Amino acid sequence: MKIKDSPSRIVFKVINTILMCLLAFACIIPLWHVLMASFSNPTLITQHSGLIFWPLSGPGRSATLGGYKIVLKTASLARGYANTIFYVGVGTILCVSFCSIAAYCISRRRTLWMKYLLLIIMLTMFFNGGLIPTYMVNKYLTLVNKRWVMIIMGLMPVFFIIIIRTAFMQLPASLEESAQLDGAGHMTILIKIILPLSKATIAVIALFYAVAKWNEYLFAVIYLTNRKLYPLQVLLREILVESSGNLDFNIANEVGGGGEDYKKLLQYTTIIYATLPILAVYPFVQKYFVTGVMIGSIKG
Amino acid sequence: MRLTDIKKDWARNKSVYFLAIPIVLYFIIWSYIPMVGIVLGFEDYSPRGGVLGSEFVGIKNFTDFFSSYYFGRLLRNTIILSVSSMIINFPAPIILALLLNELENKMFKKVVQTISYMPYFVSVVVICGIIIDFFAYDGAFTELFVRIGLIKEAKDLLSVKSAFRPIFVFSSTWQGVGYGSIIYLAALSGVDQELYEAAKIDGAGRWKQMLHITLPSISPTIIIMLILLVGNLLNVAMEKVILLYRPVTYETADVISSFVYRRGIQEGDYGYSTAVGLFNSIVNLLLLLLTNYISRKYSETSLF
Repeated sequence: MKIKDSPSRIVFKVINTILMCLLAFACIIPLWHVLMASFSNPTLITQHSGLIFWPLSGPGRSATLGGYKIVLKTASLARGYANTIFYVGVGTILCVSFCSIAAYCISRRRTLWMKYLLLIIMLTMFFNGGLIPTYMVNKYLTLVNKRWVMIIMGLMPVFFIIIIRTAFMQLPASLEESAQLDGAGHMTILIKIILPLSKATIAVIALFYAVAKWNEYLFAVIYLTNRKLYPLQVLLREILVESSGNLDFNIANEVGGGGEDYKKLLQYTTIIYATLPILAVYPFVQKYFVTGVMIGSIKG
Repeated sequence: MRLTDIKKDWARNKSVYFLAIPIVLYFIIWSYIPMVGIVLGFEDYSPRGGVLGSEFVGIKNFTDFFSSYYFGRLLRNTIILSVSSMIINFPAPIILALLLNELENKMFKKVVQTISYMPYFVSVVVICGIIIDFFAYDGAFTELFVRIGLIKEAKDLLSVKSAFRPIFVFSSTWQGVGYGSIIYLAALSGVDQELYEAAKIDGAGRWKQMLHITLPSISPTIIIMLILLVGNLLNVAMEKVILLYRPVTYETADVISSFVYRRGIQEGDYGYSTAVGLFNSIVNLLLLLLTNYISRKYSETSLF
């Protein structure tokens, strides 16, 4: 039974549609601007002000892939990429493993002590020692300026453990009991039975962690001073925020003279270079993030 | 709990307990020992004495902080930034979810949603890089503001004291509004459609339906999100502040957490900065407990 819309309803719908179009435009245009600028002529970028909707080029000043050529040949950025991939890869595997073990432990119903483990974990959500005491602990453990500090910090977010635990608790208890009767140990039960049945949740957690780790820079800034260990985001910060000349861009080798013009272009190309993996997988994985928020919200 | 129970439990579950050892150790070392490390805040830390051997000075660090020039400035900046963020960035996703919910073309809705989540997945460094670019002397926004007469002449807006707060707050709206709406859209999809039918029969218009059905139906979600937000009120996104602030804008931009980072990590003043950080955590905890209490009393929705 379709009822015809009233005039005020039609006005609302039109305005609402326009608003939503504007929102979508506003959300995508800054990223589009950066993408287009990254192909633009370096000299024209420095003269241009305002949004760039299409690669800037002009007579004798063509659009260029030159920025990318320089960025790809920059050794420190390549190392940053490798470091980030290490932190993301190893971090994701360990985060998922340890969070699953923790969730498994606190989801055991017929134990005397595991409810206290749950309490120990939950309490850390409400209070923590803060930045400096945590830093001191890592300092005493000589973890400052070590690769592993990047993995250890944020290894087991309480929120993740709770989400995985909720997934584990939803599985029928009879499954594990019969496995136990067959003589399976806890590790076997976890790996062979529980994890495969919760793989949707685990995948969402892995995805959340991986994206957050790829984008994270604060731990690196706090704990690392050795440039060889820097993840991409810290190098990006130097290029974009501090505009420092620390980076070994080989501009002169690539384009001869006129290197100053490239500074701005290189900012744009480095953004795309460092964000490409996220943008490339985003369309395929965004629905999992939506699922992730939903799982999280059920627990609230 | 009898001894025989403990023995029986141990016999049956000892392998789970072994499994739990690394987990317990992790939380002890990286969560609970730092809590003990708060004693640093009561010490005049010296590298030679370390955490255990430095001179105990009682609440001197705290009184120093409260009477210092920074206290007023930091508290003011922290509160203004967090409260204005809350006033704008808390309702924004709710309004967006309500508007998205009104779209009848599912395809269009999907496209808008997908695009609006995107900024959330871009790293804070890149976001700040783009902000710096857009608000620079020759940036897109600076140019726009000059053209519409909001500012008289082009200048680097991130070096302008009064510009920091709006830039900080609205860029967060831009980045988070789409993603933040997901949770409300989920709540909206769970609203009983029969309620709307009944309201229509009673002659309630769209606006009334929204006020009397939609909003009450999603209010538990709204309240939970609000409690979580208030519990983090003093945790202004430090990673964003330290990317965007400059010595010329410290006056309006420096917040408690960024101050702790600067004094502690960069300058090595561990005792003092621990005290300042502790002050921050305690206020946060009190705010969380208070909102949770108020909410439990008046709306029957609470975290715990």
